[in-house]
Amino acid sequence: MAAPLSVDVEFGGGAELLFDGIKKHRVTLPGQEEPWDIRNLLIWIKKNLLKERPELFIQGDSVRPGILVLINDADWELLGELDYQLQDQDSVLFISTLHGG
Amino acid sequence: MCQVGEDYGEPAPGEPPPVPRPSREQKCVKCKEAQPVVVIRAGDAFCRDCFKAFYVHKFRAMLGKNRLIFPGEKVLLAWSGGPSSSSMVWQVLEGLSQDSAKRLRFVAGVIFVDERTPGVFTVALRSATREKLLPKGKWLTPHSSARKHRPAERGLEGFPVEVALHPALPGSSLSPDSFCLGFSEGAACGQSLEERSKTLAEVKPILQATGFPWHVVALEEVFSLPPSVLWCSAQEPVGSERAYKAAVDSFLQQQHVLGARGGPGPTQGEEQPPQPPLDPRSLARLPAAAQTEALSQLFCSVRTLTAKEELLQTLRTHLILHMARAHGYSKVMTGDSCTRLAIKLMTNLALGRGAFLAWDTGFSDERHGDVVVVRPMRDHTLKEVAFYNRLFSVPSVFTPAVDTKAPEKASIHRLMEAFILRLQTQFPSTVSTVYRTSEKLVKAPRDGPAAGDSSPRCLLCMCALDIDAADSATAFGAQTSSRLSQMQLPIPLTETRTPPGPCCSPGVGRAQGCGQGACRREDPQACIEEQLCYSCRVNMKDLPSLDPLPPYILAEAQLRTQRAWVLQEIRDCLIEDSDNEVGQS
Repeated sequence: MAAPLSVDVEFGGGAELLFDGIKKHRVTLPGQEEPWDIRNLLIWIKKNLLKERPELFIQGDSVRPGILVLINDADWELLGELDYQLQDQDSVLFISTLHGG
Repeated sequence: MCQVGEDYGEPAPGEPPPVPRPSREQKCVKCKEAQPVVVIRAGDAFCRDCFKAFYVHKFRAMLGKNRLIFPGEKVLLAWSGGPSSSSMVWQVLEGLSQDSAKRLRFVAGVIFVDERTPGVFTVALRSATREKLLPKGKWLTPHSSARKHRPAERGLEGFPVEVALHPALPGSSLSPDSFCLGFSEGAACGQSLEERSKTLAEVKPILQATGFPWHVVALEEVFSLPPSVLWCSAQEPVGSERAYKAAVDSFLQQQHVLGARGGPGPTQGEEQPPQPPLDPRSLARLPAAAQTEALSQLFCSVRTLTAKEELLQTLRTHLILHMARAHGYSKVMTGDSCTRLAIKLMTNLALGRGAFLAWDTGFSDERHGDVVVVRPMRDHTLKEVAFYNRLFSVPSVFTPAVDTKAPEKASIHRLMEAFILRLQTQFPSTVSTVYRTSEKLVKAPRDGPAAGDSSPRCLLCMCALDIDAADSATAFGAQTSSRLSQMQLPIPLTETRTPPGPCCSPGVGRAQGCGQGACRREDPQACIEEQLCYSCRVNMKDLPSLDPLPPYILAEAQLRTQRAWVLQEIRDCLIEDSDNEVGQS
C-alpha cells in the first residue's frame, strides 16, 4: 500500500515534444496497492501525461534506448533503475539524447 | 553493467558472477570520497567533480593528441543548438579562458545555420532554458482547416501528415503525392515566419554570450553560393611533429614578450570586435521569399527521408565551408559525439559510402583541401554530453529537425540509430567497439599518394571518385551501363576524331558539351549523375528532377562536363607527358 506522492517530472532534450511541449510537471501520484517505483511511474506517465507516440518514449516496461533518466540529479543506474522506490518530493528528469548534435 | 545477467537468467555454473550493479552506497571510483552521480561505461561511477575533470580531459586530450590545430589558427565552431555542439562550444569557451599554461591557443568563431525553412520543417522552437514554458497546445495542434494527405511512404502508416497551405506559398506547388515528411506542419505555415524570428532571437543571446565573432546563416543562402564551393583547393601538407612543436614554442615566446610588455591579452582581446556586418542584417530580415520557396520546393520534391537527410547534410556542409573560406577560417569544428559517429559509420555503410568512412567519421576530414573539418567530441558519448550539460547548465537551443518524431523505419538513419542504441542497452560496449574500429580506418588513396590530388571528385560530397565504370561487375559499373543502355548511343568519341551528330560538333559553342558517351543535350540529369559517387547517385535517384537543386551545383556540373568533353576532344593533340598538367588547368 503506497501513500500518495508528490513528485516533479521533467522532460528535456526534445522529449517534451511528446508532452505538449511542457517541460515541468508537478504530479501527485494517488495512493495505490503497489508501491510507487519507476516502473509504475512510467505506466502512469504513459496513461496520463503522454500525448502522442508512446513508442518514442517507452519501450516494453522501460524507457526507449537513448532516453536518460535522472532521479534527483543522479543517474538512475546508481539507484536501481526501474526498481527505485519513489519518495515524496523526488524529482525525476527524462532527457532524450536522440536529438540534435 | 549487470543487465546481461538479467537478460539471460541465471549464469551458467562455472561462469563468473555478474558484475555487481553500481549503487549509491559506493564511492566515486576516482576520488573514492564523494558520492557518485553518474555511471560511465560499464560500472564506473563518478562524482560530479571527477566527472567534470574526466570530461574536460577527454576534450583536451583529443585536441592535443592530434596536433592539427596550430596556435593562433582561426577555427570555426559549427553550432547547431543541440547538446553536443553546445557542449563543444562551452568547452572551447572554458579552454580559451584558462590560465596561460593550459589555455587553448586558437582563435574561435561560431556559426549557426538556420534551417527553419517554413513549409518544410516544423516550428517547434524553444530554448532549453528551464524557466520558459510555452503555452500548452500552441504549436502542436494542427489547424482545423488543414488538409490531410495520405502518406505515400510505407513506413509511415498510421502517421497522419497534415499540410496547411499558407496563402504566401502558392498552393499548386504541393501536389498530393509530394508532401513534407517528418511530422505535422499544419500549425506551421501561418506562424512559421514569426517562430523563425523567435528562434533567432533565442539563439542570438547565447551567441553573444560566447564572446566569439558569430555568424548566423540561413539555409536558403545555398542558392547564392558560387560554384567555387565545390572546388577542392590545393591541400596544405600536414605539418610534421617538429613543425607543430616549433609553432607552439614560437607562439609561447610571443606571449611571453607581450606579457612582459604589458600588452593586450593574446587572443581574447582581439576577438571582441563589433559584429561582422553580415549578422545584424541577417537577423533583421529573413531571406528572400523566392529563396525560401525554392528551398521548400527542393525538399518537398525529395521522395524519401533518407535522401532528404543526406541532401540537408550536403547543403549544410557546403554553406559552412563557404562561410569558413569567406572569413578566413582554416578549420571547422563539429560536435559529432561518439554515439553519433558510431551510428553514422553504420549508416554510411548502408548508404554505400564504405570507401569514405575514414573521412566521414575520423577526427579530421581534409577532403575540401584548405578547410579541414575536425571532430573534437568524438570520444564523448551522448550520455556524458547530456549529463554534463545538465550538471553544469550548458545553454542550448532545441530545434526540431527533419526527422523529429519520425517512426523507426522512416529512414536508414533512424533505423540504424534504433538498432545501435537497442544493442547498446544489452551490450554496453557496442558504441565504443564501433568507435575503436573507426579509429583504425586509414585514408589511403587508391593509387598511392600521387594520384590523390588529381583524381576526379564527387560533385556533392567531394570524395575521390573511385570509379571503374567500365567494369560491369561492380555496382557502379552496372548502374552506368544500365543507364547508358537506356539511351541512344552515338559512337564513342575515342574511336573517331569527327564525332557524329550535330550536337557534338566542336564548332558549336560550349553550351551543349558532351560527356563521355551519350549525348547529354536531352539529359542533363545523366550529366550530373556521372560526376557523383555511388551513394550520391543513389540519393539523387530520389529526386524526380534535378532542376530544383541550387544553381551552383548545376553550374559546376555543366562546367565539369564541358571540361571533360574538351579534354576528350584534344586528347589526341596532347603530347603524352603533359597530359596531366593541361588537364588540371
